[in-house]
Amino acid sequence: MKAPARSHPLWLAFVLHRLSGLALALFLPAHFWLLSQALTNPSRLDGFLAFAEMPLVKLAEFGLVFLLAVHMFGGLRLMALEFLPWSDRQKTLAAGAVGVAFLISTTFFLKAV
Amino acid sequence: MLDLRLYMLQRLSALVMAPLVLGHLAVMIYAIQGGLSTAEILGRTQGSVLWFAFYGLFVFAVSLHGAIGLRVIVHEWFGLKGPVLSLLTWGACAGLLVLGLRAVFAVTVP
Repeated sequence: MKAPARSHPLWLAFVLHRLSGLALALFLPAHFWLLSQALTNPSRLDGFLAFAEMPLVKLAEFGLVFLLAVHMFGGLRLMALEFLPWSDRQKTLAAGAVGVAFLISTTFFLKAV
Repeated sequence: MLDLRLYMLQRLSALVMAPLVLGHLAVMIYAIQGGLSTAEILGRTQGSVLWFAFYGLFVFAVSLHGAIGLRVIVHEWFGLKGPVLSLLTWGACAGLLVLGLRAVFAVTVP
């Protein structure tokens, strides 16, 4: 009998991609609305930006940035699986390599700016 | 639930957004150094054709991509289909597009 899909470790990759995508889609209206306040109500935007200096909000922002990055790399992996004639193992390794390279270069960039 | 057109549109919008997301991540890391303010954001973006094009394209792509993604999830989790599902898809797309373009105009048009 074929093993159920959920027992495969890459099922987690699917769940992560779906949940990060859903969370980003739900976050976007709030993100857009707040930015539009730059024109109509700048003091409200400034008030929120001051609120965003709180450590807990920064942690939430870290979460959002993580969701965006993980959704992008998960999506690139998915498209590599669909469009490139490599073996699944090669694609997983390639996606991992891009992810690690991104992590290292971003860490450098964080220190440099 | 996803015909070939929507399926390809989802991949195409994803490919368009891959470099835009990298750019957005870089801008975020750069911009939050030393805190953010409305004046600082506007100083960077207002009157800039480049940022208008960058974020305008981003908003178009993400409106399509987000709406098609939500369509898949709503269909799989709640079993919605047919005209109701289409209405929800294009409603979400239009909503994201309007809100997103308002934001882009607010920060780039002088």
